[in-house]
Amino acid sequence: MPMSIVCDGNEAAAWGVARAKPDMVAVYPITPQSSLAEYISQFVADGIIQADLMDVEGEHTVLSVLQGACLAGARTFTATCGQGLAFMFEPYFRTPPLRLPIVMSIVTRDGITPQCVWGGQQDAMTVKEVGWIQMYCEDVQEVMDTVIMAFKIAEHPDVMLPVNVCHDGNYLSYGVSKAEVPDQEDVDAFLGRKNTNWHVALDPERPMAVDPLTGGAGGAGPSMFVRYRKGLCKGMQNALRVITDVHADWARRFGRPWAPLVEEYRLEDAEYAIVTIGSMTGAAKDAVDEARGKGKRVGLIKFKTFRPFPLKAALSSLSKVKALGVVDRAVNFGWNCGPLYQEILAALYHLRECIPAISFIGGLAGSDLTVDKFNMVIEETEAVYRGKPGPTEPIWLNEKD
Amino acid sequence: MYEIRFHGRGGQGAVLASKILAKALADEGKFVKATPAFGFERRGAPVAAFLRFDDKEIRQFTNIYSPNCVICLDPTLPRTVDIFSGVPGDGVWVQCTKKSFEALSIPKVIKKVGICDGFRIALDVIGRPITNSVMLGAFAKTTGLVSLDSLFKAMKSVAFRDAALEKNMEAAARAFDETRSLDLSEV
Repeated sequence: MPMSIVCDGNEAAAWGVARAKPDMVAVYPITPQSSLAEYISQFVADGIIQADLMDVEGEHTVLSVLQGACLAGARTFTATCGQGLAFMFEPYFRTPPLRLPIVMSIVTRDGITPQCVWGGQQDAMTVKEVGWIQMYCEDVQEVMDTVIMAFKIAEHPDVMLPVNVCHDGNYLSYGVSKAEVPDQEDVDAFLGRKNTNWHVALDPERPMAVDPLTGGAGGAGPSMFVRYRKGLCKGMQNALRVITDVHADWARRFGRPWAPLVEEYRLEDAEYAIVTIGSMTGAAKDAVDEARGKGKRVGLIKFKTFRPFPLKAALSSLSKVKALGVVDRAVNFGWNCGPLYQEILAALYHLRECIPAISFIGGLAGSDLTVDKFNMVIEETEAVYRGKPGPTEPIWLNEKD
Repeated sequence: MYEIRFHGRGGQGAVLASKILAKALADEGKFVKATPAFGFERRGAPVAAFLRFDDKEIRQFTNIYSPNCVICLDPTLPRTVDIFSGVPGDGVWVQCTKKSFEALSIPKVIKKVGICDGFRIALDVIGRPITNSVMLGAFAKTTGLVSLDSLFKAMKSVAFRDAALEKNMEAAARAFDETRSLDLSEV
């Protein structure tokens, strides 16, 4: 029987890790990830997780240690956020081209400066371009389920890439609700025989070179370098299919059908839609229900998978409406808008049709994205749908809180 | 949907109290969502925690601005924090205090008050003025929204420091016995 518990998102992630049976876990605590590191340490101490736990001196070492472990064939997990992720960046952006299927939770936190220890997706959004798969969770149960699924996605022979399972710092890390811990034998059957790293495995009996010096302008360098890059791009594109298949398999086995790439909520017959990512989506769905109750034809499009960007799934949803309000929990300083918003604009180009879209930025540094905020988002989006010129700058939802 | 806001000071266990109550209510078949307020977490500073429960699934993970019930773990906190902020009316107030009903200033939005000398009970039973378990007992008595048994069961599933589980259960039970409530709609 699955175990029914009431827990926060960090504990849910730790249960997911436990059920996935990693061989090695390395952690360094940082708010709001710390209790996740503590749960994992407790689980190791209690024998719930039978893995080597490395308490190392910082995040750079955390990921370096796991790269070694993964190269030796181990299933590995870690978690970090914010400045810890920044400190980890050197090994972080080597992990995808090494094709190491490491799973790492990012308990998303806003960036400093100014000093801030609270939630926001600035950290994860800042590292979105280096080849990690990124999935963003909406609630506590989805965190647990996605951590388990992440191993199957990462280790799939057509993918072989590291995965970030992102859950919002504060609202999801400390937010408590009911969750169900699946049975070990069911997860074992779901994940199958462990074959974490079949393509490179450090084995003294079979010495091999990993990570060659290559590139340059002559000899085998240029073509080999391109081969590495194209291989990574292909793995990312393959991941879209694998993520979809793995979610479908999960739904069949465990009865929880999470949308793998993009979720549509009340989008049928919608005239316009709001676009969300992460834990804000619950309040946004409540606001959509309220608006629907008043006769407004609004829907919602939620992005779970953000990297690789699920272009086809996104277009299928975006093409159903005539105006968009995109809500981000991070800032794209380069484009003066939210990062998800900018991606949506890039996707819309493929529709050969220009539909109005507004960038909303909210929930920064732990601020609250309430149903009222989404009521406002719906109102503004409806206004541009009805022909009002859209703002040329982002609307900052918590500016007057 | 029923919304509860806990007020306390850092170290009194308001966040843990919200988690215990969430577990107890879930055990009674409710859907729950609880989340702490995010502020500067330090001993003695005002803190808050939020809890929603309902018979149907709750989706929003947000703070609570118009609670049905306010549980205050600290006798001096109402002097510095507006614990009644946003209470829309017909509110329930569960307060840790040694004062009598007559000595309290009860705002118009409150229709039911439960009081309990939580500091004394906590000092007697636990030996420290940590009032979270005590005030859960007071909440159960005042509102009848959760049973003492469910609270005990929930307490058993969380990690109390210094193996203080038995004492916390005893403190909650004593608070349940000693809490007095005043229904203002009957006055």
